[in-house]
Amino acid sequence: MTEQLLGFVDQLTNKNSEWVTVVTEALGEITIFTPRESIYDICDFLKKELGFDMLADLCGVDRGPEEDPRFEVNYHVFGTKHHLRLRLKVLLSDDDPKVESVTTVWRTADWHERETYDLLGVIFENHPDLRRILLPSDFDGHALRKDYPLRGYEPYSMN
Amino acid sequence: MGLENTLFDSLPDVVTVKLDAVINWARKSSIWPATFGLACCAIEMMGTASSRQDISRFGAETFRASPRQADCMIVSGRVSRKMAPVLRRIYDQMPEPKWVISMGACATSGGVFDNYAIVQGVDKIVPVDIYIPGCPPRPEMLVHAITMLQDKIMKESVKDRHDTFEAESRESMVPGTLPVTEGTALELETEIEVAEGETSRPYTVPSRHERRRSS
Amino acid sequence: MSVAVENIPSQFEVLDNALESEMTLSMGPQHPSTHGVLRLDLRLDGELVVKAIPDIGYLHTGMEKLFEYKKYQQGIVITDRMDYLNPLGNNLAYVMAAEKLLQLEIPERAQVIRVLMCELQRIASHMVWLGTHCLDIGAMSVFFFCFREREKILNLIEAASGGRMTPSYFRIGGLMMDLPAGFDNRCRQFLRDFPEAMNTFDTLVTGNTIWQSRTRGIGVISAEDAIDWGLTGPCLRGSGVDLDLRRDNPYTGYETYDFDIPVENDGDVWARFKVRMRECIESYKIAGQALERLKPGPIKADAPKIVLPDRDDMRKHMDSLIHHFLIVAEGFNVPPGEVYHPIEASKGELGVYMKSNGGPKPERVHFRGPSFVNLSALPVMAEGEMIADVVAIIGSLDIVLGEIDR
Repeated sequence: MTEQLLGFVDQLTNKNSEWVTVVTEALGEITIFTPRESIYDICDFLKKELGFDMLADLCGVDRGPEEDPRFEVNYHVFGTKHHLRLRLKVLLSDDDPKVESVTTVWRTADWHERETYDLLGVIFENHPDLRRILLPSDFDGHALRKDYPLRGYEPYSMN
Repeated sequence: MGLENTLFDSLPDVVTVKLDAVINWARKSSIWPATFGLACCAIEMMGTASSRQDISRFGAETFRASPRQADCMIVSGRVSRKMAPVLRRIYDQMPEPKWVISMGACATSGGVFDNYAIVQGVDKIVPVDIYIPGCPPRPEMLVHAITMLQDKIMKESVKDRHDTFEAESRESMVPGTLPVTEGTALELETEIEVAEGETSRPYTVPSRHERRRSS
Repeated sequence: MSVAVENIPSQFEVLDNALESEMTLSMGPQHPSTHGVLRLDLRLDGELVVKAIPDIGYLHTGMEKLFEYKKYQQGIVITDRMDYLNPLGNNLAYVMAAEKLLQLEIPERAQVIRVLMCELQRIASHMVWLGTHCLDIGAMSVFFFCFREREKILNLIEAASGGRMTPSYFRIGGLMMDLPAGFDNRCRQFLRDFPEAMNTFDTLVTGNTIWQSRTRGIGVISAEDAIDWGLTGPCLRGSGVDLDLRRDNPYTGYETYDFDIPVENDGDVWARFKVRMRECIESYKIAGQALERLKPGPIKADAPKIVLPDRDDMRKHMDSLIHHFLIVAEGFNVPPGEVYHPIEASKGELGVYMKSNGGPKPERVHFRGPSFVNLSALPVMAEGEMIADVVAIIGSLDIVLGEIDR
């Protein structure tokens, strides 16, 4: 199974060597670090050529305000025919947390990207409707960031 | 509620005591809960309504979906900050006499979730009559709570029940805090008002129970 | 005296336009049929839905942030409250992700009991689905029958773990404690009576003309759309895609059990209903096989620094006492790494992404809730249906707001 996945990684590298910066293999999973400018093309290629037709999960991670790059966005892709999984990782820095949206590749990315924007503040360009989904629409701040306190800022007031 | 109150206030005590017994017996024997199931406790509430522990034998025959037809609001589950104005609005829509049972640890005090998203106790928003601990409480505990509420109702008096002050309701429910599809003019106006700090808002609105105790 | 059309005063023209324009109806968040606090913004043309926009977040609990402040073992309790109809499934996903990071090997008996409890939980979750779906569409008696079956399963889970709906039965490295004496007899009795209950439901619901006319052809989604929108579980299998993680990405020894995967091709509410009914029977078969396989053995992995020792051991031996104290007070350090572990929960693919940076608390835990993704496909399914059909579609998606809003 891992050989097949490594074969896919080779195909990606052969197509465009800029796409794959680092490949790590741990605990039976393969993670590909990609630069953020090419994430859309990679996802397109993965869906059309390599058969990864479902985006299982898209989640963001905040490493903490002292780290640089601060944010990671993980794309977990899954192929319904060959049942293989791959993880793509994009690293983003604090002052420019923007990455292109993959909603036109997999439509399920819509809500996942809204959630990542809502909780972490990562902005997805060309997203059809990027607004808060879980937190109230007048909420101030991004709750899942490491510098946002667990109990929040203000005591609850109804207004 | 207005007419009954003025009528009962003018009657002598010896008559109201007899009336109390009858009216309270009628009220306690048919408490119709409003469906306010939010999270896991809602499933236990549904389990209480089902055939094993059947709350309709205590009078809670039907769960009314519309709050206008309900007597008791069983807040079952965690109340998030987005849901809190909705909770208050449903409470205000219920006609008197009304009671609130706060079911579960999350409704009573925030429960396991002491964080930015959950209101730490629904009694910050509505006045609560019975608190049920548990996560989730067993259906038998909810049945016990309903019987406790029935005992509490028996001890009430028609002279004491007053309508929740309308002004309080109107003040506490700020128009525009319910999420409307964005872009309505009303919401925008209220946002500008709040942002400029023109309207002063209290931290919590004291309920009629609290006000009564202090005076 | 008749009024000519040209002489009608202008204020009546406004009324005429109003009848042709769209109406916005906000369904929820307090609504008996939305299965929780879901708000649907429906744009209606009369009774037909032109657009349905779900508005979620009314139950947002900040669980993912809470996980970062709790040790790994403490987080198990929070996972119960996520998909509150399938708490053992959530427990399993979280615990298996942590075990993958720690590279623990779980003993055989623990794996068999995990399979048994998960399948019982799947039946319980489908019972609530069936009861509330029928209640929404109008068949109220089925609700009571389903909850009666569910009470039996909850009694079994309570006997094993102490909690009806929030058991937290699984631990990192095995189980909380072993099954009580007499459990297998009670379980066998339940499994003996279960097929008859399913026959009752078939008689009441499946063959019913009213049920069929309310569910056939409603809320259709094609197979490519379903995969594109990320649907998993019975929603995907109802559209003809043969995908089940228990067979395709197996875990906890599922590859050694003998079961079929029900798949229907229509993609409508009726197909999803049939898939879930047949899944109940398949779960019943797996539970029977697991029960026959139970052999005496250890239920916790052999890792004294991670797994709590037995109480007897702790009272008699000094090193067990020290390990117990350290595990409870400080927690155990998990080697740095990240893992994405998906399981087939009763609603679909429940995936846990866990990232550890070497400490006792995780750096990030993200739950990919199947209901979250299934609900995002509601606008596609509900376009062009009537309001009453929207209620049927929500029932067939089997959403749980705790999992959507986390």
